[in-house]
Amino acid sequence: MRFAETGFNLEVDLTRGNIEREATDPKLTALYLGGLGTNAKILWDRVPPEVEPFSPDNLLIFSTGLLVGTPAVGCNRTIVSTFSPQTLLMAYSMMGGFWAPELKYAGYDKLIIHGKSPDLVYLWINNDKVEIRDASHLQGKGATETAELIRQELKEPKAQVASIGLAGENRVYFASIEQGRSSASRGGIGAVMGDKGLKAIAVRGTNDVNIARPDEFIELCNEALEYIKVRRENPIPGVMPILAGLGSPQEMAIHDEKWHTENFAWGNSRHRRKGFWNEEIEKQWTDTMENYRTRLISCHNCPMKCGATISIPGFPTYMMKCFSKLTYAMAAMSDLEFGLRIAQSATEYGMDGFTAPQVMAFALELYEAGILTDKDMPGMPSDNEGRFYWLLDKIVRREGIGDVLANGTYWAAKEIGNGAEEYAHNNIKKHEQLPLKLGMLNPIYFLMYSTGEKINITQIEGNFPQAPFATREEREEFVKDWIQVPDEKFKKWFLDWELRGENSIPYYPTVEATCEIVDWQEKMHYIDDATGMCAGLSSFPLKPPYHIHNLPTLISAATGMDLDESGLTQIAKRIRNLVRAVNIRRGMRRKDEKPPEDHWKKRFPELETKLLDEYYKFKGWNEQGIPTRESLHELGLDYVSEDFLQRGILTDVEGSPSEKASTEK
Amino acid sequence: MKGEKKKRIIKIIKIDVDKCTGCRACELICSAFHAAPRYSSNNPARSRIRVIHEPLRDIYIPVYAGDYAAAECTARDKYTIDGKEYEECAFCRASCPSREIFKEPDSGLPLKCDMCESDPPLIEPMCVQWCLDDALTYEEREEEGEEEEKIEEIEIGLESLANKHGWQKIMDIVARMSKKG
Ligand code: SF4
Ligand code: SF4
Ligand code: SF4
Repeated sequence: MRFAETGFNLEVDLTRGNIEREATDPKLTALYLGGLGTNAKILWDRVPPEVEPFSPDNLLIFSTGLLVGTPAVGCNRTIVSTFSPQTLLMAYSMMGGFWAPELKYAGYDKLIIHGKSPDLVYLWINNDKVEIRDASHLQGKGATETAELIRQELKEPKAQVASIGLAGENRVYFASIEQGRSSASRGGIGAVMGDKGLKAIAVRGTNDVNIARPDEFIELCNEALEYIKVRRENPIPGVMPILAGLGSPQEMAIHDEKWHTENFAWGNSRHRRKGFWNEEIEKQWTDTMENYRTRLISCHNCPMKCGATISIPGFPTYMMKCFSKLTYAMAAMSDLEFGLRIAQSATEYGMDGFTAPQVMAFALELYEAGILTDKDMPGMPSDNEGRFYWLLDKIVRREGIGDVLANGTYWAAKEIGNGAEEYAHNNIKKHEQLPLKLGMLNPIYFLMYSTGEKINITQIEGNFPQAPFATREEREEFVKDWIQVPDEKFKKWFLDWELRGENSIPYYPTVEATCEIVDWQEKMHYIDDATGMCAGLSSFPLKPPYHIHNLPTLISAATGMDLDESGLTQIAKRIRNLVRAVNIRRGMRRKDEKPPEDHWKKRFPELETKLLDEYYKFKGWNEQGIPTRESLHELGLDYVSEDFLQRGILTDVEGSPSEKASTEK
Repeated sequence: MKGEKKKRIIKIIKIDVDKCTGCRACELICSAFHAAPRYSSNNPARSRIRVIHEPLRDIYIPVYAGDYAAAECTARDKYTIDGKEYEECAFCRASCPSREIFKEPDSGLPLKCDMCESDPPLIEPMCVQWCLDDALTYEEREEEGEEEEKIEEIEIGLESLANKHGWQKIMDIVARMSKKG
């Protein structure tokens, strides 16, 4: 019997209409856990680097995490992996909600889609009955609308549905996959789904998930619940409200938006508006939220309720979470009322709430600058909000200039030319980032931005405070019950970290400490993305219930695997290097590893070079950021170095003696 | 025993639907608690509580599995909430032949909330313990009343099987199986 996982993947070839249930090798679980880990392995094995994102040979993998479907509190992630049409690299966006647990109860760990259907179809997975069904009647329908229609026609209100809207159908490079209260929106994975002619996937499952050591496991779950209660009563003092608690940033519950509206940049990630937040605006925005928010809602088996149902009179109801609350409002230089209204349309169209508003603001900047003209924007209204709606429609339908903008700011700027590139200024690896423009370089964030394979900062923030606390007493208070640190030295680094003076950014934490801090934060994310744990209870907030000291036992009690801290660390490292290898094979190198040029006003080229050099060394990568043969060998990834040698990505000279590899061949 | 006046404890789970976040932790933990051995598996489809949820209508109603009904009842209820009509029997607690809810997914045997009866007794039923948002809360009250004879779970199960397949068939199978054993 397999524990926590089902031991089966569902393989669906949409070209031939072929459906197979394939048993998986338990050895792979031992090496890569599940979720992102095994996804990366499949992409490495089965999608050669020449394969274009919109090729039938590209795979679209919907994976449950290893512990999804067990009682592990907050463990519900669907990890979607494929190759992004926008970055041309691996995309691994994730969603909470209820879809992955349902897939596991249906009896599968992953759904692997290959090929391309000539006509629009949807999948219906009902335990062991799996059908490819016609979706022509759903063409052009909204993502949420589609889910409802499918549940009705299947007469299965309990089916969980992941679907795309018009943006995905039209292969907009920032199309999302929507699933009720959650969405997998980064990296344009909705466009890949649309390219495959797949409108939706409905799942219903009624099978058991088994636990290897039940008593031990449930005790750990109960402990997590207890700790969540403690943290509810004890928000962390001295940090902003959204960082003080657990969960995703509690954007649906918290009304005080001073920090976001004054520190994040408005428009095309340009303007800081100091002093924006006043009493009048606070009242107005609070009223808006209170009027439209009908309920706070949670994901599967989680008490954090980070999402909300939004019902605006005259508009269909939708669900929202996190910072998409503000992205449209701020990009359009408007207010929350507008933001919530347009987000309703954007959710039905199925679009990434980070990239979409930035693309629109970028277009309007180009228009103000005369790079785009009335000829490009025929019929565009004159007011900002009207323009946003107009642009949204053009982009989703890929009409006129919308067809260009639908590829995101990087590709659109290239095509528009005439200086437009200067305006696509907030990207990393061709992907739009949070609209954040700051003063002084922060070494930790410099490395996370530059080297994070998720290419998305909000998803890699972590357990180390984002900024120093003002006084030594506050810091001492903070470290008192900081049980999550892997090692006492992290406490020391935090204690010594000052707002000003010698021990402040950019030179403190020191390069050495920075490498370790980044590595720790990243490691926790890789573990979560393999187990399916929500980052909101683990790798994302300060002082979470799950950490490196209890996760090994949790995983071990659920699966029966033999696992301790160093074992889990080794697995996380293996996954991390494999994800990197997948991208290296597709051409990613050091030159791509940089934050947006204007992210910080004060930059330190020498320090930055040193940071990257040292971090690469720390990680066992060469000066190009390529994992070396030794480090790959140490992780049991010799098949990667063999491939690298064959392709000339690594040479014998760089690595250690090559005899071994060549005799193995 | 029958007919005697006796003090008994009435166990009440209070349901505040306004506080429900739709997390379904209650379903999950109920199914895990009732697995044999305890917590060795879980499967919300085996749960004795179900959250009837229609997120777009803002409906989240935890419903507890009640008694087994041998036949569909002829008196149906049909709710309208906030102007929206619900299917017949939408919030009924019975495990009943007309529908799938509150039955074991494989055997079709009826499920009924037993208030997590266990030895030693729990402080609170599991679904209440795992509902951190207080949509479910627990109370006990003492009452005088007549003790009813308790029907064993196995008896209820057998009865439901008999209703489905007929006594004769069940007897045949039992006879056959006991020979094998
Ligand atoms: S913390 Fe929030 S986002 Fe994460 S699983 Fe819980 S409700 Fe969902
Ligand atoms: S555990 Fe509580 S909040 Fe969650 S679904 Fe059940 S009743 Fe609702
Ligand atoms: S009281 Fe116990 S048996 Fe009844 S629904 Fe809750 S967890 Fe299940």
